[in-house]
Amino acid sequence: MSEPTRRDGPPTRAEFCAVACAEAWRGDGEILANPIGTIPMIGGRLAKATFEPLLVMTDGEAVLVENIVPVGVADAPKVVAGWNPYRSMFDIVWNGPRHIMMGASQIDRFGNQNIAFIGAIDRPSAQLLGFRGAPGNTINNHTSYWVPNHSPRVFVERVDVVSGIGYDRAAALGPIAARFHGIPRVVSNLGVFDFATPTHAMRIASVHPWSSVDEVVAQTGFALEIPTDVPVTRTPTDDEIRLIRDEIDPLGLGEREVPPT
Amino acid sequence: MVPDKRVSIDDVVAEIRDGMTIGIGGWGSRRKPMALVRALARSSVRDLTVVAYGGPDVGVLCRAGKVRKVVYSFVSLDTIPLEPHFRAARQAGAVDTLELDEGMFLLGLQAAAWRVPFLPTRVGLGSDVLALQPSLRTVRSPYADGEDLVAVPALHLDVALVHMNRGDQGGTGQFLGIDPYFDDLFCLAAERRFMSVEQIVPTEALAANGPVQSIRINRLMVDGVVETPGGAHFTSCLPDYDRDEAFQREYAATAKSDDAWDAFRAQYIDVDEETYRRNAGIGSQP
Repeated sequence: MSEPTRRDGPPTRAEFCAVACAEAWRGDGEILANPIGTIPMIGGRLAKATFEPLLVMTDGEAVLVENIVPVGVADAPKVVAGWNPYRSMFDIVWNGPRHIMMGASQIDRFGNQNIAFIGAIDRPSAQLLGFRGAPGNTINNHTSYWVPNHSPRVFVERVDVVSGIGYDRAAALGPIAARFHGIPRVVSNLGVFDFATPTHAMRIASVHPWSSVDEVVAQTGFALEIPTDVPVTRTPTDDEIRLIRDEIDPLGLGEREVPPT
Repeated sequence: MVPDKRVSIDDVVAEIRDGMTIGIGGWGSRRKPMALVRALARSSVRDLTVVAYGGPDVGVLCRAGKVRKVVYSFVSLDTIPLEPHFRAARQAGAVDTLELDEGMFLLGLQAAAWRVPFLPTRVGLGSDVLALQPSLRTVRSPYADGEDLVAVPALHLDVALVHMNRGDQGGTGQFLGIDPYFDDLFCLAAERRFMSVEQIVPTEALAANGPVQSIRINRLMVDGVVETPGGAHFTSCLPDYDRDEAFQREYAATAKSDDAWDAFRAQYIDVDEETYRRNAGIGSQP
């Protein structure tokens, strides 16, 4: 595995994205932070290492760990604090204390997410992962999303298949069935998005410093809610940069998912 | 007394007939009973319904033309997220499907294991799991809450195929890795249950191998046990062996052409296990 070339200097795009993901878990307290994918994993472990120390996390496999395990490092030391095979994970999902961040092949204005397939169910034009755990995640837990390739093909007017349910589907179910639903944020390589609008339509929460509102709008296939003043995503602190480079992502795997330029 | 339930791979395949529903244990590209899957792929059986947390088991059987329907929540090779042979079958419209959430799948196995027609859950409400598959129904709570819940139907299996690290001749099975997956539920959900193991050992050796919790499969759950060293290859079977990533890449690449698949098939599927191990360059002892 080759060493990353850029490990000093100002924060990278990957580090901005990881910090934006970390912010998803701010205020969550003692719950399972369950990031799926490289940048979300860096973000989740960063949140636990800094402002949300009570978060419970897995090693990415079948145990809960109390220490900050570096991403993608084989045989890293683990302070094991629980056995969590897949079956036990369903206990946590259905019991409730969990906030997952997962990917989305498509996501729409109200946060409906598709990872299953494109086209018709009997003969899809593209079979993707399948529903996986998305229906269960979104009806039981807070679910955030990470999209490394923000484009009109991902941010679509209407998803082909609803795997993870959005705010319109949740509203249609009513306040009892949907009482555990919530999408705290969507982080992409261009910006951060939330649903803090009267209709729960997706809003630009911030744009990353290398992006702009115009670029985000151009790369989004539906009309985003745009506040009068759109802030720039916050800059990683020196402490966060040091933690990412030295402890959480020493192999620089995040730099591969979001390249420097 | 410990009965002798040892059988051969061919004995297992002989139990499987056209149109049966086959549950396959493991998860993705992890601890799959690949020796049994390979034998099914080279058999004359057809029109199977395959029920699995899918990996190359589903891909191989689809590519070999054995499958009429797949019941799954994902089909993945883990390090290669999308199973190419399954994708090709889906995109050709070659297989019917029931696509469930991962947890719904668990509840379907559990319902069959407990001999009840369904189990209720919140999972699936509002999603297209239900909207696109009208055979799935909801049920209203008879209690004061009156909530509408999804009634996940029991996933009854004709045959379950699972792979364990160790077992005894009576059908007791032990996993030595970190996760039992759902192999016990597959067995409990099935009429006939077959377990392949890396090694058959005396019963006394099981408790010496690992904690009692690792002896997940008891012999009430198994009709036949087969010793198949390397029987999960190329999927992972930790701690005996990890996934053979180079082999898996070679397998995945066979989706690119019929010639590539035919060559793979000749070398790795239309052969007995001893020849398979030699061709794949793997040892015979765990």
